[in-house]
Amino acid sequence: MSDMKNTAEVYIKPSRDIAARMMADEMVIMSVRNSRVFSLNPTASRIWSAADGATPLREIVARTLVSEFDVDADTAYRDAVELVEELAQEGILLLADHPIGPEAG
Amino acid sequence: MNSFADSDSHLAEAGAYSTSVVIGGLPIGIQSSNRGFIAMLENRYAGFLDEPVGGGILLDVEVVASVSDSDGAEEDIQVRYADGRWHINRGDFRAQWDPASRRGRVRQAAYPYAIDTVMRIVHSLVLAERGGFLVHSASVVRNGRAFLFSGISGAGKTTISRLAPADATLLTDEISYVRRAGDIYEACGTPFAGDLGKPGENIAAPLAAFYLLVQGPHNHVASIAPAQAARRLLRNILFFADDAGLVEQMFRTACEFVSRVPVYELTFRPDTEVWNLIA
Repeated sequence: MSDMKNTAEVYIKPSRDIAARMMADEMVIMSVRNSRVFSLNPTASRIWSAADGATPLREIVARTLVSEFDVDADTAYRDAVELVEELAQEGILLLADHPIGPEAG
Repeated sequence: MNSFADSDSHLAEAGAYSTSVVIGGLPIGIQSSNRGFIAMLENRYAGFLDEPVGGGILLDVEVVASVSDSDGAEEDIQVRYADGRWHINRGDFRAQWDPASRRGRVRQAAYPYAIDTVMRIVHSLVLAERGGFLVHSASVVRNGRAFLFSGISGAGKTTISRLAPADATLLTDEISYVRRAGDIYEACGTPFAGDLGKPGENIAAPLAAFYLLVQGPHNHVASIAPAQAARRLLRNILFFADDAGLVEQMFRTACEFVSRVPVYELTFRPDTEVWNLIA
């Protein structure tokens, strides 16, 4: 997974095995496989909310973070890749170098 | 174990002695051919007893010398749904419960802890379907309003219960029963006692606030963001089933709960002044 930073595109989509709800500005996520609970800070929550499997992560970052918070695009993208890799390792987010269809998960 | 395959019609004949334990308005009938066992339960659950009713949950208990070589009470509980029944097993008991017929069987030694655990699990399964839950917390009623104090073992549930003013009524110092009642939540008394060693009062009251306990040098109340409140509540809810659907239901319930009930972190030191902060 560590080479995701260098791939052309990264696509993300929530796993089917989770329940999630936005509370105030934080996303709370529970794995129904192992009952572990996660909460994402507002920035990470915006990325999660935009994870539709079809939009490249670079575009999500540009749209939700770079344009609104005036942060460096490359830095924001690297941080986003680290985040999604962590969430993928927890089994709550699908990660691929190609679009992820509705049947996946 | 072969006896578990018996038809439900056998259940009504199996127990010559019976009692009914009502917690949160939900009666669980318990019957057994062992008179001493039923008498022991009636003593343990005094204050939560009622006449057995037809059509309610009924557990038929087969009392045996031992279920396994070890006493098994320290082993993890396994709860899984298969063949239309919940299978609830621990080293010291084997149980099955059919939610459709509401009948179940328990095979255990003649001590109360096994049936106590089975009842908690049956209640947690029924509550889950109704938007409620059992949670590791003390609960107290004061001026007609219920307050819950939640935390892991050692967090101070029994301590805060001991410090409660004289006009407060204890619902439990260990396991609180929370049920949904329309747009509100109610806390109900339970006989499940912690270090205080005495059961709660068998009453219910609307839930006014949920406190997460932290022991510290000063008494202090702080609001908690909803996401953190949901996470910490979920940590303390009693939920045993290895069932994805019910886990998802519990998640929704916890989120709904924290959106309707104020949740605070209560840092306290063991003196009665902490109760000045409870409102």
